Amino acid sequence: MKIPKYKPRDWKSHPPYVFKAYGSSVKRGPLKKLVPIKQTLSEITGPLFSDIKLEPGENDLTRTADTNKEALGERIVVVGRVLDENERPVPNTLIEIWQANAAGRYHHPVDQHNAPLDPNFTGAGRCVTNGKGEYRYLTIKPGAYPWLNHTNAWRPAHIHLSLFGPSFVTRLVTQMFFPNDPLLPLDPILRSVPSKSGRERLISSYAHDVTEPEFALGYRFDIVLRGQRATPFEEKKR
Amino acid sequence: MKQTPAQTVGPFYAIGLTSKTMNVLATDSIQGQRIRIEGRVFDGDGKPIPDAMVEIWQANAYGRYNHPDDKQEKPFDSSFTGWGRSGTDENCFYSFETIKPGPVPGPGDSVQAPHVNVVVFARGMLVHAFTRIYFADEPANENDPVLKAIKNKARRPTLIAARTERGGKPVYHFDIRLQGKDETVFFDM
Repeated sequence: MKIPKYKPRDWKSHPPYVFKAYGSSVKRGPLKKLVPIKQTLSEITGPLFSDIKLEPGENDLTRTADTNKEALGERIVVVGRVLDENERPVPNTLIEIWQANAAGRYHHPVDQHNAPLDPNFTGAGRCVTNGKGEYRYLTIKPGAYPWLNHTNAWRPAHIHLSLFGPSFVTRLVTQMFFPNDPLLPLDPILRSVPSKSGRERLISSYAHDVTEPEFALGYRFDIVLRGQRATPFEEKKR
Repeated sequence: MKQTPAQTVGPFYAIGLTSKTMNVLATDSIQGQRIRIEGRVFDGDGKPIPDAMVEIWQANAYGRYNHPDDKQEKPFDSSFTGWGRSGTDENCFYSFETIKPGPVPGPGDSVQAPHVNVVVFARGMLVHAFTRIYFADEPANENDPVLKAIKNKARRPTLIAARTERGGKPVYHFDIRLQGKDETVFFDM
Protein backbone atom coordinates (compact mmCIF):
# COMPACT_ATOMS: atom_id res chain seq x y z
CA MET A 1 0.00 0.00 0.00
CA LYS A 2 1.29 3.48 -0.94
CA ILE A 3 1.00 6.01 1.83
CA PRO A 4 1.91 9.70 1.98
CA LYS A 5 5.06 10.43 4.00
CA TYR A 6 5.98 13.48 6.04
CA LYS A 7 9.20 15.49 6.09
CA PRO A 8 11.40 14.84 9.13
CA ARG A 9 11.36 16.83 12.32
CA ASP A 10 13.61 19.82 11.69
CA TRP A 11 16.06 19.70 14.58
CA LYS A 12 17.50 23.07 13.54
CA SER A 13 14.12 24.56 14.41
CA HIS A 14 13.21 22.55 17.51
CA PRO A 15 15.02 22.80 20.84
CA PRO A 16 17.30 19.99 22.00
CA TYR A 17 15.86 17.72 24.71
CA VAL A 18 18.42 18.99 27.21
CA PHE A 19 19.21 22.70 27.42
CA LYS A 20 21.21 23.34 30.58
CA ALA A 21 19.97 26.89 31.17
CA TYR A 22 16.46 25.43 31.51
CA GLY A 23 17.11 23.45 34.69
CA SER A 24 14.10 21.09 34.48
CA SER A 25 15.26 19.76 31.11
CA VAL A 26 18.51 18.37 32.55
CA LYS A 27 16.88 15.32 34.19
CA ARG A 28 13.86 15.07 31.91
CA GLY A 29 15.24 15.18 28.39
CA PRO A 30 16.03 11.83 26.77
CA LEU A 31 19.82 11.43 26.39
CA LYS A 32 20.16 8.42 24.12
CA LYS A 33 20.06 8.86 20.37
CA LEU A 34 16.56 8.69 18.93
CA VAL A 35 15.95 5.51 16.94
CA PRO A 36 15.02 6.36 13.33
CA ILE A 37 12.04 4.45 11.94
CA LYS A 38 10.21 4.47 8.63
CA GLN A 39 6.82 6.12 8.58
CA THR A 40 3.98 3.61 8.45
CA LEU A 41 0.21 3.89 8.74
CA SER A 42 0.78 4.32 12.48
CA GLU A 43 2.70 7.56 11.94
CA ILE A 44 0.91 9.11 8.96
CA THR A 45 -2.55 8.80 10.47
CA GLY A 46 -3.58 10.65 13.61
CA PRO A 47 -6.52 12.18 15.44
CA LEU A 48 -8.37 14.69 13.26
CA PHE A 49 -11.23 15.72 15.58
CA SER A 50 -13.22 16.39 12.43
CA ASP A 51 -16.50 15.85 14.28
CA ILE A 52 -15.59 18.25 17.05
CA LYS A 53 -18.25 20.78 17.95
CA LEU A 54 -16.93 23.69 19.96
CA GLU A 55 -19.25 25.34 22.44
CA PRO A 56 -20.04 28.96 21.62
CA GLY A 57 -17.46 31.15 23.32
CA GLU A 58 -14.65 28.62 23.50
CA ASN A 59 -12.57 30.98 21.38
CA ASP A 60 -13.28 33.86 23.78
CA LEU A 61 -11.11 33.52 26.89
CA THR A 62 -12.22 36.90 28.22
CA ARG A 63 -15.40 35.36 29.63
CA THR A 64 -15.92 32.12 31.49
CA ALA A 65 -19.05 30.04 31.24
CA ASP A 66 -19.35 30.03 35.06
CA THR A 67 -19.67 33.76 35.66
CA ASN A 68 -20.19 35.22 32.17
CA LYS A 69 -18.40 38.33 33.45
CA GLU A 70 -15.38 39.89 31.83
CA ALA A 71 -11.83 39.09 32.84
CA LEU A 72 -9.54 41.93 33.85
CA GLY A 73 -6.69 42.92 31.58
CA GLU A 74 -5.82 44.20 28.16
CA ARG A 75 -8.10 42.58 25.57
CA ILE A 76 -6.30 41.14 22.57
CA VAL A 77 -7.38 39.44 19.36
CA VAL A 78 -4.96 36.80 18.08
CA VAL A 79 -5.25 35.69 14.46
CA GLY A 80 -3.05 33.62 12.23
CA ARG A 81 -2.80 30.78 9.80
CA VAL A 82 -1.80 27.19 10.34
CA LEU A 83 0.27 26.05 7.36
CA ASP A 84 2.55 23.17 6.55
CA GLU A 85 6.13 23.38 5.32
CA ASN A 86 4.86 23.34 1.74
CA GLU A 87 2.83 26.50 2.47
CA ARG A 88 -0.41 24.57 2.25
CA PRO A 89 -3.08 25.68 4.73
CA VAL A 90 -4.06 23.14 7.40
CA PRO A 91 -7.86 23.38 7.52
CA ASN A 92 -10.24 22.26 10.28
CA THR A 93 -7.50 21.60 12.78
CA LEU A 94 -7.98 21.97 16.52
CA ILE A 95 -5.95 24.51 18.52
CA GLU A 96 -5.97 24.26 22.32
CA ILE A 97 -4.97 27.36 24.24
CA TRP A 98 -3.93 28.03 27.85
CA GLN A 99 -2.27 30.95 29.60
CA ALA A 100 -1.75 32.98 32.78
CA ASN A 101 -4.06 35.86 33.66
CA ALA A 102 -3.21 39.54 33.28
CA ALA A 103 -1.43 39.51 36.64
CA GLY A 104 0.78 36.59 35.63
CA ARG A 105 -0.99 33.86 37.60
CA TYR A 106 -2.37 30.55 36.34
CA HIS A 107 -5.73 29.18 37.45
CA HIS A 108 -3.98 26.08 38.80
CA PRO A 109 -3.36 24.85 42.39
CA VAL A 110 0.38 24.41 41.78
CA ASP A 111 0.83 28.09 40.88
CA GLN A 112 1.68 29.81 44.16
CA HIS A 113 2.84 33.12 42.68
CA ASN A 114 1.63 35.89 44.95
CA ALA A 115 -0.45 37.66 42.31
CA PRO A 116 -4.24 37.88 42.25
CA LEU A 117 -6.42 35.24 40.66
CA ASP A 118 -9.25 36.53 38.50
CA PRO A 119 -12.54 34.69 39.11
CA ASN A 120 -13.60 35.56 35.56
CA PHE A 121 -10.55 34.08 33.88
CA THR A 122 -9.66 30.41 33.63
CA GLY A 123 -7.15 30.89 30.82
CA ALA A 124 -8.38 27.96 28.71
CA GLY A 125 -9.81 28.10 25.21
CA ARG A 126 -10.06 26.27 21.92
CA CYS A 127 -10.55 27.15 18.29
CA VAL A 128 -10.52 25.39 14.95
CA THR A 129 -8.96 26.64 11.71
CA ASN A 130 -11.29 27.40 8.81
CA GLY A 131 -10.94 26.06 5.27
CA LYS A 132 -8.04 28.45 4.60
CA GLY A 133 -6.18 27.42 7.76
CA GLU A 134 -7.09 30.67 9.52
CA TYR A 135 -7.86 30.91 13.21
CA ARG A 136 -8.91 33.66 15.58
CA TYR A 137 -9.41 33.93 19.31
CA LEU A 138 -10.05 36.66 21.83
CA THR A 139 -8.24 36.77 25.15
CA ILE A 140 -6.46 39.12 27.54
CA LYS A 141 -2.73 39.71 27.38
CA PRO A 142 -1.07 37.39 29.91
CA GLY A 143 1.27 38.87 32.50
CA ALA A 144 4.91 37.96 33.03
CA TYR A 145 5.58 35.84 36.11
CA PRO A 146 8.52 34.75 38.24
CA TRP A 147 9.74 31.15 38.37
CA LEU A 148 12.47 29.34 40.24
CA ASN A 149 14.79 28.38 37.37
CA HIS A 150 17.49 30.86 38.44
CA THR A 151 17.80 34.00 40.57
CA ASN A 152 15.26 36.63 39.55
CA ALA A 153 13.93 34.47 36.73
CA TRP A 154 10.82 35.77 34.93
CA ARG A 155 8.91 34.17 32.10
CA PRO A 156 8.03 36.67 29.37
CA ALA A 157 4.32 36.92 28.61
CA HIS A 158 3.32 33.91 26.52
CA ILE A 159 0.35 31.83 25.41
CA HIS A 160 0.56 28.01 25.24
CA LEU A 161 -0.76 26.40 22.06
CA SER A 162 -1.37 22.74 21.20
CA LEU A 163 -2.01 21.50 17.65
CA PHE A 164 -2.45 18.13 15.96
CA GLY A 165 -2.41 18.69 12.20
CA PRO A 166 -3.26 15.85 9.81
CA SER A 167 -1.14 13.03 11.29
CA PHE A 168 0.52 11.58 14.38
CA VAL A 169 3.88 13.11 13.39
CA THR A 170 2.54 16.64 12.91
CA ARG A 171 1.76 17.07 16.63
CA LEU A 172 3.05 20.35 18.04
CA VAL A 173 2.93 22.06 21.42
CA THR A 174 4.48 25.49 21.48
CA GLN A 175 4.33 28.95 23.05
CA MET A 176 3.55 32.29 21.45
CA PHE A 177 5.43 35.35 22.70
CA PHE A 178 4.85 39.09 22.27
CA PRO A 179 7.03 41.53 20.32
CA ASN A 180 9.49 43.91 22.00
CA ASP A 181 9.28 42.17 25.37
CA PRO A 182 12.52 42.93 27.28
CA LEU A 183 12.32 39.49 28.96
CA LEU A 184 12.60 37.56 25.68
CA PRO A 185 16.43 37.44 25.50
CA LEU A 186 16.53 36.39 29.17
CA ASP A 187 14.15 33.43 28.84
CA PRO A 188 15.93 30.05 28.74
CA ILE A 189 12.86 28.30 27.32
CA LEU A 190 12.74 30.59 24.28
CA ARG A 191 16.56 30.59 24.08
CA SER A 192 16.53 26.78 23.85
CA VAL A 193 15.46 27.19 20.22
CA PRO A 194 18.81 26.85 18.42
CA SER A 195 18.41 29.43 15.65
CA LYS A 196 17.63 33.14 15.78
CA SER A 197 15.09 32.71 12.99
CA GLY A 198 13.45 29.89 14.96
CA ARG A 199 13.16 32.08 18.05
CA GLU A 200 11.72 34.89 15.93
CA ARG A 201 9.08 32.50 14.60
CA LEU A 202 7.74 32.12 18.16
CA ILE A 203 7.16 35.88 18.52
CA SER A 204 3.84 37.25 17.33
CA SER A 205 3.66 40.57 15.51
CA TYR A 206 1.46 43.51 16.36
CA ALA A 207 -1.20 43.75 13.64
CA HIS A 208 -2.93 47.11 13.42
CA ASP A 209 -5.25 45.72 10.75
CA VAL A 210 -6.46 43.17 13.29
CA THR A 211 -6.82 45.71 16.09
CA GLU A 212 -10.49 46.49 16.66
CA PRO A 213 -11.26 50.18 17.28
CA GLU A 214 -12.37 50.96 20.85
CA PHE A 215 -12.11 47.27 21.72
CA ALA A 216 -8.91 45.19 21.47
CA LEU A 217 -5.33 45.15 20.15
CA GLY A 218 -4.53 42.68 17.38
CA TYR A 219 -1.65 40.22 17.09
CA ARG A 220 -0.77 37.86 14.28
CA PHE A 221 0.92 34.46 14.75
CA ASP A 222 1.33 31.92 11.97
CA ILE A 223 2.12 28.31 12.83
CA VAL A 224 3.96 25.89 10.53
CA LEU A 225 3.56 22.12 10.93
CA ARG A 226 5.48 19.33 9.21
CA GLY A 227 4.45 18.95 5.58
CA GLN A 228 4.22 15.94 3.31
CA ARG A 229 7.19 14.95 1.21
CA ALA A 230 6.85 15.27 -2.53
CA THR A 231 5.47 12.07 -4.02
CA PRO A 232 7.92 9.95 -6.05
CA PHE A 233 6.01 10.99 -9.18
CA GLU A 234 6.59 14.68 -8.49
CA GLU A 235 10.26 14.02 -7.79
CA LYS A 236 10.69 12.45 -11.22
CA LYS A 237 9.20 15.46 -12.94
CA ARG A 238 11.98 17.76 -11.67
CA MET B 1 8.51 27.39 5.20
CA LYS B 2 10.24 26.29 8.39
CA GLN B 3 8.58 24.33 11.19
CA THR B 4 7.40 26.30 14.20
CA PRO B 5 9.66 25.28 17.10
CA ALA B 6 8.19 23.18 19.91
CA GLN B 7 8.15 24.44 23.50
CA THR B 8 7.40 22.69 26.79
CA VAL B 9 3.83 22.17 27.99
CA GLY B 10 5.01 23.62 31.33
CA PRO B 11 3.59 22.75 34.75
CA PHE B 12 0.08 24.09 34.14
CA TYR B 13 -0.95 22.19 31.00
CA ALA B 14 -3.96 20.76 32.84
CA ILE B 15 -5.78 24.08 32.38
CA GLY B 16 -5.86 23.70 28.63
CA LEU B 17 -5.33 20.00 28.02
CA THR B 18 -6.66 17.69 30.74
CA SER B 19 -9.55 19.49 32.43
CA LYS B 20 -11.91 16.98 30.77
CA THR B 21 -11.62 13.17 30.90
CA MET B 22 -9.96 11.99 27.70
CA ASN B 23 -8.42 8.66 28.72
CA VAL B 24 -11.40 6.37 28.05
CA LEU B 25 -11.30 5.08 24.47
CA ALA B 26 -13.35 1.92 25.02
CA THR B 27 -16.90 3.17 25.27
CA ASP B 28 -19.76 0.65 25.45
CA SER B 29 -20.38 0.08 21.75
CA ILE B 30 -16.73 -0.39 20.77
CA GLN B 31 -15.70 -3.84 19.56
CA GLY B 32 -12.57 -5.44 20.94
CA GLN B 33 -10.90 -6.82 24.02
CA ARG B 34 -11.07 -4.36 26.91
CA ILE B 35 -7.67 -3.54 28.37
CA ARG B 36 -6.21 -1.00 30.74
CA ILE B 37 -2.82 0.58 30.16
CA GLU B 38 -1.12 2.35 33.05
CA GLY B 39 2.28 3.43 34.23
CA ARG B 40 4.47 6.27 35.33
CA VAL B 41 7.01 8.56 33.70
CA PHE B 42 10.40 8.65 35.46
CA ASP B 43 13.13 11.30 35.36
CA GLY B 44 16.89 10.81 35.34
CA ASP B 45 16.97 10.43 39.13
CA GLY B 46 14.43 7.60 38.91
CA LYS B 47 11.72 9.79 40.43
CA PRO B 48 8.18 9.59 39.04
CA ILE B 49 7.16 12.83 37.34
CA PRO B 50 3.99 14.45 38.70
CA ASP B 51 3.47 16.78 35.74
CA ALA B 52 3.84 14.56 32.70
CA MET B 53 1.19 13.95 30.07
CA VAL B 54 0.78 10.96 27.76
CA GLU B 55 -1.22 10.79 24.53
CA ILE B 56 -1.98 7.61 22.62
CA TRP B 57 -3.07 6.85 19.07
CA GLN B 58 -4.04 3.34 18.03
CA ALA B 59 -5.83 1.21 15.47
CA ASN B 60 -9.15 -0.49 16.17
CA ALA B 61 -9.47 -4.18 17.08
CA TYR B 62 -9.11 -5.13 13.39
CA GLY B 63 -6.01 -3.03 12.82
CA ARG B 64 -7.54 -0.05 11.05
CA TYR B 65 -6.97 3.60 11.97
CA ASN B 66 -9.78 6.13 12.08
CA HIS B 67 -8.19 8.32 9.42
CA PRO B 68 -8.84 8.88 5.68
CA ASP B 69 -5.27 7.88 4.72
CA ASP B 70 -5.91 4.35 6.09
CA LYS B 71 -7.54 2.80 3.03
CA GLN B 72 -7.50 -0.82 4.25
CA GLU B 73 -10.64 -2.86 3.70
CA LYS B 74 -11.09 -3.80 7.35
CA PRO B 75 -14.14 -3.25 9.56
CA PHE B 76 -14.44 0.37 10.60
CA ASP B 77 -16.31 1.96 13.48
CA SER B 78 -16.33 5.75 13.36
CA SER B 79 -17.20 5.90 17.06
CA PHE B 80 -13.77 4.53 17.96
CA THR B 81 -11.47 7.53 17.59
CA GLY B 82 -8.30 5.67 18.62
CA TRP B 83 -7.01 8.72 20.46
CA GLY B 84 -6.63 9.41 24.18
CA ARG B 85 -4.84 11.71 26.59
CA SER B 86 -3.96 11.31 30.24
CA GLY B 87 -2.27 13.58 32.73
CA THR B 88 -0.66 12.07 35.82
CA ASP B 89 -2.66 11.45 39.01
CA GLU B 90 -1.66 12.06 42.65
CA ASN B 91 0.52 8.92 42.51
CA CYS B 92 2.07 10.05 39.21
CA PHE B 93 0.21 7.38 37.18
CA TYR B 94 -1.20 7.91 33.72
CA SER B 95 -3.84 5.44 32.55
CA PHE B 96 -6.08 4.51 29.62
CA GLU B 97 -9.16 2.33 29.31
CA THR B 98 -9.03 1.07 25.77
CA ILE B 99 -9.13 -2.02 23.55
CA LYS B 100 -6.29 -4.08 22.24
CA PRO B 101 -5.47 -2.88 18.72
CA GLY B 102 -5.16 -5.27 15.78
CA PRO B 103 -2.03 -5.66 13.65
CA VAL B 104 -1.39 -2.98 11.01
CA PRO B 105 0.73 -3.04 7.84
CA GLY B 106 4.40 -2.10 8.08
CA PRO B 107 6.98 -1.15 5.46
CA GLY B 108 6.87 -3.31 2.31
CA ASP B 109 4.87 -6.48 2.89
CA SER B 110 5.59 -6.62 6.62
CA VAL B 111 2.96 -6.66 9.34
CA GLN B 112 3.41 -4.76 12.57
CA ALA B 113 2.58 -6.41 15.86
CA PRO B 114 -0.31 -4.81 17.76
CA HIS B 115 0.97 -1.59 19.30
CA VAL B 116 -0.12 1.74 20.69
CA ASN B 117 1.61 4.91 19.50
CA VAL B 118 2.62 7.25 22.31
CA VAL B 119 3.58 10.90 22.71
CA VAL B 120 5.16 11.97 26.00
CA PHE B 121 5.04 15.55 27.28
CA ALA B 122 6.18 17.05 30.59
CA ARG B 123 7.33 20.19 32.25
CA GLY B 124 11.03 20.14 31.47
CA MET B 125 10.56 18.45 28.10
CA LEU B 126 11.22 21.14 25.50
CA VAL B 127 10.07 18.81 22.73
CA HIS B 128 7.62 15.90 22.99
CA ALA B 129 8.98 12.39 22.55
CA PHE B 130 7.50 9.58 20.43
CA THR B 131 7.49 5.97 21.58
CA ARG B 132 5.32 2.84 21.30
CA ILE B 133 3.68 0.31 23.61
CA TYR B 134 3.85 -3.38 22.62
CA PHE B 135 2.12 -6.20 24.51
CA ALA B 136 4.20 -8.79 26.39
CA ASP B 137 1.84 -11.68 25.56
CA GLU B 138 1.91 -11.04 21.82
CA PRO B 139 3.91 -13.58 19.76
CA ALA B 140 3.91 -11.21 16.75
CA ASN B 141 6.46 -9.01 18.57
CA GLU B 142 9.14 -11.41 17.31
CA ASN B 143 8.72 -10.23 13.73
CA ASP B 144 7.77 -6.61 14.29
CA PRO B 145 9.71 -4.38 11.85
CA VAL B 146 9.93 -1.45 14.25
CA LEU B 147 11.20 -3.51 17.20
CA LYS B 148 13.73 -5.04 14.80
CA ALA B 149 14.84 -1.53 13.76
CA ILE B 150 16.17 -1.06 17.31
CA LYS B 151 19.70 -2.32 16.70
CA ASN B 152 20.59 -2.58 20.39
CA LYS B 153 18.43 -5.60 21.30
CA ALA B 154 18.85 -4.89 25.01
CA ARG B 155 16.74 -1.75 24.57
CA ARG B 156 13.77 -3.47 22.92
CA PRO B 157 12.17 -4.56 26.22
CA THR B 158 11.69 -0.88 27.16
CA LEU B 159 8.74 -0.92 24.72
CA ILE B 160 7.07 -4.06 26.04
CA ALA B 161 4.22 -3.63 28.53
CA ALA B 162 3.93 -6.37 31.17
CA ARG B 163 0.53 -8.03 31.50
CA THR B 164 -1.31 -8.50 34.77
CA GLU B 165 -5.00 -8.93 35.53
CA ARG B 166 -7.33 -6.94 37.73
CA GLY B 167 -10.95 -8.01 38.15
CA GLY B 168 -10.64 -10.33 35.17
CA LYS B 169 -9.44 -7.53 32.89
CA PRO B 170 -5.95 -7.39 31.40
CA VAL B 171 -3.85 -4.52 32.73
CA TYR B 172 -0.71 -3.65 30.82
CA HIS B 173 1.93 -1.84 32.82
CA PHE B 174 4.14 0.51 30.82
CA ASP B 175 6.62 2.81 32.55
CA ILE B 176 8.42 5.46 30.55
CA ARG B 177 12.00 6.30 31.57
CA LEU B 178 13.24 9.58 30.14
CA GLN B 179 16.87 8.87 31.07
CA GLY B 180 19.09 6.26 32.71
CA LYS B 181 20.25 2.74 32.02
CA ASP B 182 16.76 1.65 30.97
CA GLU B 183 15.89 4.80 29.06
CA THR B 184 12.81 4.09 26.94
CA VAL B 185 13.43 3.94 23.21
CA PHE B 186 12.21 7.16 21.59
CA PHE B 187 11.81 7.47 17.86
CA ASP B 188 12.74 9.92 15.17
CA MET B 189 10.26 9.49 12.36
